[in-house]
Amino acid sequence: MEIKVLGPGCAKCKATAELITRVAAETGKDVTVEKIEDMRQIVGHGVMTTPAVVIGDKVVHKGSVPSRDDVLAWLS
Amino acid sequence: MSVQTSTHPAPRNDWLWHLGVVAFVAIWWLVYHQLIPFAEWLTALFPVDRHSHTGEALAFFFYDVPKVMMLLTLIVFAMGVVRSFISPERTRALLAGRRAGVGNVLAALLGVVTPFCSCSAVPLFIGLVSAGVPLGVTFSFLISAPMVNEVALALLFGLVGWKVAVIYFVFGLGVAIVAGWIIGKLRLEGWLQDWVRDIHSGASSPATTEGDRLSMVDRYRLGIEAVREIFGRVWLWIILGIGMGALIHGYVPEDLMARIMGADAWWSVPAAVIIGIPMYTNAAGVIPIVEALLGKGAALGTVLAFMMSVIALSLPEMIILRQVLTLRLIAVFAAVVGSGILAVGFLFNFLF
Repeated sequence: MEIKVLGPGCAKCKATAELITRVAAETGKDVTVEKIEDMRQIVGHGVMTTPAVVIGDKVVHKGSVPSRDDVLAWLS
Repeated sequence: MSVQTSTHPAPRNDWLWHLGVVAFVAIWWLVYHQLIPFAEWLTALFPVDRHSHTGEALAFFFYDVPKVMMLLTLIVFAMGVVRSFISPERTRALLAGRRAGVGNVLAALLGVVTPFCSCSAVPLFIGLVSAGVPLGVTFSFLISAPMVNEVALALLFGLVGWKVAVIYFVFGLGVAIVAGWIIGKLRLEGWLQDWVRDIHSGASSPATTEGDRLSMVDRYRLGIEAVREIFGRVWLWIILGIGMGALIHGYVPEDLMARIMGADAWWSVPAAVIIGIPMYTNAAGVIPIVEALLGKGAALGTVLAFMMSVIALSLPEMIILRQVLTLRLIAVFAAVVGSGILAVGFLFNFLF
């Protein structure tokens, strides 16, 4: 499973990527987290607020650090 | 904002939340009115004369820190709840295709209530421009969003009084509206970075639309989240700002500020704007200083100009915007906003 975290490198974006990596490790899921910092790509997904989380081609979350429950729901 | 988690238990819990919010406001009110005795009591614990410079500075500090923290908590919570009704996507839908004039007014007003964080400034900017929001209207939004915010208004209201808070609100919006309108008139779309114009012409995929099915409890939660987040960001600035303010209050002689920042010194307004630009702080840090300067005889217009320039024209923000704007456009932006701030400063020094 491939999850992209979109964000220009702000603190909340890092926190989001770390949270997903950690939850994935805890649940033993095979997940690659890719951080997208290039503004063109971020904007290409149509998000206006960062951090945003993209799974497949779908924006599942944007504008804040997701909750743990959110991450668990995406991984299952 | 995530919406998948609106699975809170039966509405039985809701009234507990409402009750909790009401109780919190009531307690807040009671405590808020005990702050002066509390500050005096705390100052008396120190082995200094209450009327000495140090005593004055300490009393100022002990009164202002809890007062500002309490005001911020309440207002940021309220704004967090209000903002849960407005997303950037909704703002974009409201602004798309607006003409100059009405569009600028609407954009400046939406800038006050739309959730905005400076690290999202670029995607927000592109999101607006690519959806057909005119450049000038986008700028009105981008100027008002950081300048006229709830943190600034809460601090001004608490520290300087409601009149100055209202003046700041009205003239902050005024600068955003007029500056955006002028930038729109100049037709500078060609001065965007090339790649932004490409997105502009191509269709950008609309972000997934979220339903607005948040319960009131979810909105309370978002309010609490906003308080936590803003405090995490500004508490240090507030303490530093009030510390600076306390030093000015206790040690700076009365007539010094009246002389160098008074209404008679015409050059003080441009000086305040120029000094304000490289200063990187936010409303939380600058307003306690403003309060102390006003108390020492600085003119209102000069101080307003200083405050607006610190908050609205910051170098870090310009560096972020550099990704989407050419240097020429940033220079125009700074010049137009700076002139607006100058006008406000001179106007107030002239009137009062």
